[in-house]
Amino acid sequence: MAARNRAKLPYLLVLPAVALLALFVVAPGVYALVLSFQARKVVGGLLGGGSRLVFVGLDNYGTALADPELWSSIVRMLLVALLFIPATVGGALLFALLLDVPRVRLARTTRLAIFLPYAVPGVIASLMWGFMYLPATSPIGGDHVDFFGSVTVFFSAANVAVWGSVGFNMIVIFTALRGLPSELYEAARIDGCSELRMALRIKIPLVLPAIAMCTLFTALASLQLFNEPNTLRPLSNAVSSTWVPLMKIYEDAFVNSDVNKAAATSVLFVVAALVVSLVASRTVSRVNR
Amino acid sequence: MRSQWRLAGALIAGALLVTGCGGGSGGGDQSSAGGKANLTFWDWDPNMDKVVAIWNDAHPDIHVTLSNPAGGDQLVSKMITAHHAGNGPDIAKVEYQSLPALVAGQEVADITQYTGDAVKDFDDNTLKATKFQGKVYGVPQDVAPLLLFYRTDLFQQYGLKVPTTWDEFAQTAQDLHTKAPTVSLTNFDAADPGWITGLMQQAGADWWSADGDKWKVDINSAASKKVASYWEGLVKAGTIAKNPSFSPEWNKQMNEGQVAAWISGAWAPAQFSGIAPNTKGKWAAAPLPAWTAGDKTTGIWGGSATTVTTDSKHPAQAAQFAAWLNTDAKAVAAQIQNINVYPAATSGRSLPVLSSPPPFLPNQTDYYGLVKQVAPSSRSFSMWGPDVTVTFGAYTDKFGAALQNNTAFGAALDDMQNATVADMKKQGFTVG
Repeated sequence: MAARNRAKLPYLLVLPAVALLALFVVAPGVYALVLSFQARKVVGGLLGGGSRLVFVGLDNYGTALADPELWSSIVRMLLVALLFIPATVGGALLFALLLDVPRVRLARTTRLAIFLPYAVPGVIASLMWGFMYLPATSPIGGDHVDFFGSVTVFFSAANVAVWGSVGFNMIVIFTALRGLPSELYEAARIDGCSELRMALRIKIPLVLPAIAMCTLFTALASLQLFNEPNTLRPLSNAVSSTWVPLMKIYEDAFVNSDVNKAAATSVLFVVAALVVSLVASRTVSRVNR
Repeated sequence: MRSQWRLAGALIAGALLVTGCGGGSGGGDQSSAGGKANLTFWDWDPNMDKVVAIWNDAHPDIHVTLSNPAGGDQLVSKMITAHHAGNGPDIAKVEYQSLPALVAGQEVADITQYTGDAVKDFDDNTLKATKFQGKVYGVPQDVAPLLLFYRTDLFQQYGLKVPTTWDEFAQTAQDLHTKAPTVSLTNFDAADPGWITGLMQQAGADWWSADGDKWKVDINSAASKKVASYWEGLVKAGTIAKNPSFSPEWNKQMNEGQVAAWISGAWAPAQFSGIAPNTKGKWAAAPLPAWTAGDKTTGIWGGSATTVTTDSKHPAQAAQFAAWLNTDAKAVAAQIQNINVYPAATSGRSLPVLSSPPPFLPNQTDYYGLVKQVAPSSRSFSMWGPDVTVTFGAYTDKFGAALQNNTAFGAALDDMQNATVADMKKQGFTVG
């Protein structure tokens, strides 16, 4: 009897998480899938005799995929990701390695200072950066450099995202570094290994799984890019309303009131996100081995 | 392997979360107890609570609860979402350009039968914005003809004359640019299409019109292109700025005297204190420059109606409130005083409260006289289309890109036309 109760316990413990997942993730997901096969059409008349939902099969997917703006938004997202991922992971690794050097002073304070931007909400950070970029309010030379130029805008947007995410990734890598056995370092020092060589030859290869995981997190974060460009948008002409895929979906759903096309694009986006994640997680597990 | 599946599960969950759509929430409590009607009213006017309080004191049987869930276009999105969820408000403020879309979506109710008396208080030019094919879908609240607001001190300092034609305006921009390169006469705003839409109305554009049950869409007409190429000329000459309005940067420029003029609706005096608080008393309003000297035609920017939704269980009482709000002398006077609206109702335009200037323009004692003078010659489109958000969205993106890449404004207008027509056809409207 006791054994049977114990067998039920795990299910009981995961129940709240599963229920929340079903309620707030699976159910809306299924609803979005249903919406993506429908369209709202007006019925006759100048202003229509009302509108009705009709089943349109894969039409929404067709229009979504045929929309050049979606592809441009994906290209822009990839350009930002190209700057964002290496800068974040590279920066996080560099900071983690520097903090791990035994002679470093004020390590705790510095670690906190680097981590702190992660605690600033993305929208607020983007607004603050926006002020710093704009010529009239810029304390960092916005009147000499055009931060919203056709090319510079990618750096400006990526910069906001990097600034907010380096700290978190640094902590992940730093924790991995701290988990390494100290005998390794002792042995290396006895062999006359410098700190730099130790970082390159011992530390980096050993924390490679953590670096791979950070890369995966950052890649997923670039798919989610929305807050930064969306907040920068009203400040300049450089960011359009469909600058990245999520902004395109938002624009379709809540500005153009075409929830169905937005749902179709969302479903496509989920599929793409899954493919990216699976490929990336394969890579991570290969690195782990 | 197990951990890999867990990771995959987490990723699926994450991906779904990333792309999941959020729903809006509406708050429509329409319960009536003992013959008393409780109405909810969505409106974003500051100080509207004071006007609603006057109604509630005088009408114990019909209680109106004011709520401000969002403003402008965002409120339209919320209304549509709430309507699909079946919990919309009873009454809502809707800008004229959004009304046809809400009528087509059956979010806004036909209130012709309740407003027979109220509509007599509006001239045809005003009523056109809420009356389609003989049916009334809202009571007009305010009208907002375009005016030229300018800094009297800066104009004096640089020896400029207030331009009365667009040729003079271009010359003034050039003169100011030569005398003070850091000060712009105005800025070309690619973010908010309201102002240039009004300028195109002034030039005679008719973006949408109805031909029976068919739509005619003419966004890239010769009149629109004339206005677009005029402004393209100013931008290319470098005599005006090209950053978006209503941004922190623009507020700072307005406040610090780097912008000398603003083409805006009659509601502008109420906005100045938020945009440029240091410039109180330094602004004056003049009629919009004309294409041919002496022509008084102007366009409009904004203006709203009070509408009743199809979700309302008390449409008669809701329509009664909408009519009272915009035609009752006491209500209109309270709106002018507290919200600074220029009333749509003909009788409202003669109220004594209009003889004193708006607080931010204390020196222009004839401000409302000026508005009254230009309002009858303000020209709008025959009708606003059923997908203005798509058109306006295309304006922001296409004109923003044209400014960014130095490409032609005329091509941007063509893109707006194509996007609008494609969306209307997709929704099932007949475009002739």
